[in-house]
Amino acid sequence: MRLLRSFIAYGVIVQLGLVTSVWLQGCAGQPSEPNVLLAGNGTEPAALDPHLVSGVSEHRILSALFEGLATMDPGSLEPEPAAASRWEISDGGLVYRFYLDPDARWSDGTPVKAEDFVYAWRRMLTPALGAEYAYMLHCLAGARDFNEGRAADFSAVGARALSDDVLEVRLEHPTPYFLRMQSHFAWYPVKREAIEASGRMDDRNNPWARPGTLVSNGPFRLAVWQPNDQIRVERNPFYRRADKVRLNAIVFYPVDNQQTEERLFRAGLLDMTSTIPRHKIPVYRQRMPDRLQSHPYLGTYFYRFNVTRPPLDDPRVRRALVMALDRRELVDHVLKGGETPADRLVPDGMADYQPPAGIPFDPESARRLLSEAGYPGGKGMRELDLLFNTSEAHRLIAEAAQRMWRETLGVRVVLRNQDWKVYLASMDTLDYDIARSSWIADVPDAVNFLECFLTGVGNNRTGWSSPEYDRLIRDAYKEPDAAFRMKLLARAEELLLEAAPIAPVYFYRWTFLMNPAVRGLVPNPLGFICWADLWLERGESAP
Amino acid sequence: MIRYVLKRVAELVPVLWAVITIAFFLARLAPGGPFDAERKAPPEALRQIEAYYKLDQPLWKQYASYLGGVVRGDFGPSFRKPGRTVTEWILLRLPVSLELGIYGLCVALVLGLAGGLAAALRPDSILDRTLNFASLLGICLPAFLLGPLLVLVFSLWLGWLPVAGWSTPAHKVLPSLTLGALYAAYLARLTRGSMLEVLGQDFIRAARARGLSEARVALVHALPGAMVPVSAFLGPAIAGLFTGSFVVETIFFIPGLGREFVEAAFNRDYTMVIGTVVVYAALVAALNLAADLVTAWLDPRIRLE
Repeated sequence: MRLLRSFIAYGVIVQLGLVTSVWLQGCAGQPSEPNVLLAGNGTEPAALDPHLVSGVSEHRILSALFEGLATMDPGSLEPEPAAASRWEISDGGLVYRFYLDPDARWSDGTPVKAEDFVYAWRRMLTPALGAEYAYMLHCLAGARDFNEGRAADFSAVGARALSDDVLEVRLEHPTPYFLRMQSHFAWYPVKREAIEASGRMDDRNNPWARPGTLVSNGPFRLAVWQPNDQIRVERNPFYRRADKVRLNAIVFYPVDNQQTEERLFRAGLLDMTSTIPRHKIPVYRQRMPDRLQSHPYLGTYFYRFNVTRPPLDDPRVRRALVMALDRRELVDHVLKGGETPADRLVPDGMADYQPPAGIPFDPESARRLLSEAGYPGGKGMRELDLLFNTSEAHRLIAEAAQRMWRETLGVRVVLRNQDWKVYLASMDTLDYDIARSSWIADVPDAVNFLECFLTGVGNNRTGWSSPEYDRLIRDAYKEPDAAFRMKLLARAEELLLEAAPIAPVYFYRWTFLMNPAVRGLVPNPLGFICWADLWLERGESAP
Repeated sequence: MIRYVLKRVAELVPVLWAVITIAFFLARLAPGGPFDAERKAPPEALRQIEAYYKLDQPLWKQYASYLGGVVRGDFGPSFRKPGRTVTEWILLRLPVSLELGIYGLCVALVLGLAGGLAAALRPDSILDRTLNFASLLGICLPAFLLGPLLVLVFSLWLGWLPVAGWSTPAHKVLPSLTLGALYAAYLARLTRGSMLEVLGQDFIRAARARGLSEARVALVHALPGAMVPVSAFLGPAIAGLFTGSFVVETIFFIPGLGREFVEAAFNRDYTMVIGTVVVYAALVAALNLAADLVTAWLDPRIRLE
């Protein structure tokens, strides 16, 4: 019996040896396919249904799979024809008539029709679907009422197919960025037959957006989706400009760990990453500058002040705190990623927008304002808490801000670090004094940043409210004259900065790693990648 | 024996019920919800979404309906990943974690048993001390440090093995080593200790007196006895290998259930969290039962009933 047991025990060990030897067979690693781009893509996409997603990682994949009526020139961000080959604008910017490209095809070869857009927008706005980005379509006439359940008849919404090729859109108010918005996934068309073959149109769990059933109209079509492993899109032979698409396929890897993504890049298993660990930026800048991509980005990092709690209910205290923040030092000595110090909310690079004067770093004025508010040298002021979600970078910035406020103003700040969802809940319930925050543009228009601070909207999260500010933004919504509209928005930002419910810290940069073999990428402040324009020139330089 | 097994299996039912209940209410007690985001969705959209997932119903109703689903084998839809059910996600990802766990176990067994045996047969030799030091290192080095170190040496410097991924056999070497190292270290120390103890007993002296070879004494007579504490350790260890692979899965970009679980907890994806917890709990319970049975088989002195 003992002999038998020992025999079994050794058998197991021999088996293990065999398993090990099997492992080591085929150790060559992954074969690299010609003309296939390998892209790191951050987190695993929640879904590939353009009506149910909200993240950047989903946007990157969807922009390879679908296209809207118009797209943007990646350099200038000016609207360019996409599924629609041309359009006419009338009635003071309220009516758009789109003429669909006769070559526009779905990935199953059937033509893209005007009705497909109407169907997509109807689905997006259907209340039961609960699409988080449906509000982007609220500029369509009647869309808001339909989306919020006040109207049941979609025919009252301003989207109508006049024929298979002609789509007429009526807007609620002039929206100068309407054409630019068309490159956002919220506006992409979807094919009714593809969705309804898998389930109900308004069922969030309709499984249509998977390989084999997802039908799209962009330069690529979905081939493989192995969750948390890879998403592979292949050239769509029916795409209207299929002959211009140079990549055979793109493989998106949902590598959520930045260090792992960087190691994969270093080993040559990724051609581009979605981001780069902050501490690696100086290393790449020094040793491999040709692999480091760093471009201005329409995003702002800022602190929110809870204006409902004393002493932060006093604008002088808030402005003093902003003025005491040496943002240049923060960017140069703490962040070291080439970011731009921010003295206002709306970043540079917004089309036609002339920003007002920002809040400078001015320790003298900061101290004066604080004493005027009754806290000379910080005396008499209670300890403030600074809330941020768990992240090394947020902590570094918060520690620097804490030091600056103590040294310049004598204000004591304690740091409060919370897990992401707890942090969001704390901000929503205004359970904080100062909280780190950020905003990334959906569309390159100043209003996209400024409307966050309208009274009572979900993104306000400061308790700040100004009837004058609300009026300016609402007037800007309706204003047909583009130049005057920009003035209204600039005046609104001026008001915001005077009241300072936020402390701007820095403007983001779009920083990632890219193999020099990748060609055709035109950097732009939206981080928008025109996948159809990319190609690879391998051989001359591999990482 | 069969009665004992059946009794143990029956005991699992209230355990799993308790796990589901605790997980359900703990998940709901945590601040923040699945649909909170930095870009806040409009209230109407949130209301619709909550109605769809029945989050607008009283908690006891949600609990009853969830429990009913679990009894039918339905863990419900994922809140954060529309289009797939939790069962589907678990079936997709659990096999990867199990595969990784099995490889980790192989590493632990091969290195741990061999190291422990070698050390016990030559106590206080240089080999013993070296192995002792190596096992101490294995215990002290956490996976999040050992993983990147192995990648640095074997992937980036030597170029022998891939940096990350889970496709070819070569991809599986470093994650398995990283996962198995800690358990190998424990096993080596445990095997060495219990081998030395058994080797000092009378029946071993008797075996030697009978003129048996040292190898036969060690491997045939001493080893099975020395395996008793080892097998008791293996149950929880295997459970740990199967359920504790989150760090390794993250470092090596492996599509396993550990990553899904942690991500779901961060996202407050209630159904996914509870579903994963239930699967893990069932796995741990089953493995502990298996370990008890193996221990009994190895050591007839342990009477089960």
